[in-house]
Amino acid sequence: MPDRTKSPVKSKPKFGVVVFPGSNCDYDAFYVLKKVLGYEVNFLWHKETDLKNSDVIILPGGFSYGDYLRTGAIARFSPIMNPVIDFAENGGFIMGICNGFQILLESHLLPGVMLQNNSLQFVCKDVYLSIENYDSPFTKGIESSKVLKIPVAHGDGNYFADEATLKLLTENNQIIFKYTSPSGQIKDEFNPNGSILNIAGIINKRGNILGMMPHPERASDPVLGKTDGGMIFNSIGKYFLN
Amino acid sequence: MFKAKVLIKRRPSILDPQGKAVEKGAEHLGIKNIRDTRIGKYIEFIVETDNKTAAEKEVKDYCSKLLSNPIMEDFEFTLSEWTPSEEKSNA
Repeated sequence: MPDRTKSPVKSKPKFGVVVFPGSNCDYDAFYVLKKVLGYEVNFLWHKETDLKNSDVIILPGGFSYGDYLRTGAIARFSPIMNPVIDFAENGGFIMGICNGFQILLESHLLPGVMLQNNSLQFVCKDVYLSIENYDSPFTKGIESSKVLKIPVAHGDGNYFADEATLKLLTENNQIIFKYTSPSGQIKDEFNPNGSILNIAGIINKRGNILGMMPHPERASDPVLGKTDGGMIFNSIGKYFLN
Repeated sequence: MFKAKVLIKRRPSILDPQGKAVEKGAEHLGIKNIRDTRIGKYIEFIVETDNKTAAEKEVKDYCSKLLSNPIMEDFEFTLSEWTPSEEKSNA
């Protein structure tokens, strides 16, 4: 776990939103972080290598490089990913949302792969998520037993990992979000894409990298009637202040 | 120069919902004896070197680092001598 306690100045984190060709949730993330939640945010163009002193890097949703070859496979080699990977290895916080999650898997910053939805259909709807790990900076600030209502929008969201990997993910408390019923029941019928163990989001062992298929940035502005996504951004925000 | 032909297959342990859906189509067509449809990828390209060992190394790198994801896919490839004139005769 990154040690923020030694930081002399406690202040709100600065966010950096990476923009790949084909990203389409970059502006949503930027808008929500800046205008709704009041954080400092910068865009980070994929051809640049300067992370602009960001404390938290967002790899946004979309269809980077047209999803050609495999989702996230080509974005993983964009110039910005070298400093992003260094940043991650030094304990920097990264949130990969949807296509961003797929990029984290292709970069091997998170284990496993994303397969096509088992329905073969693009799924775009609100889903419910249980929080399986409350010790993470990404969830610590959220009230306990909260079931989050956040939309998904993807064609390839069927998370898969082999048994050995799943065992490690479970043992290390790396499964952070699971698809559930509105009341938090984990059942197949509430799994929108066939993900193994209903996995909607995972973190790395160190706990500084989050990948999730649902879009918290689409559930953060009260004008849109949903605000549970904002709790995740604010949880990491609070972590920097404590 | 060499022409590389790469086949990328899903590992047997990985489900292939696309293959299953296509197989449903076969059923609807009345083609009845089809089983275990698995959909992969075929990729071909030219390698601009005359050194076969170097070409093999580059193709392996390309396949393992970018064209396939070793967690879910296996790849195999062939290399054959290639000269630019072949392109014209094939066109």
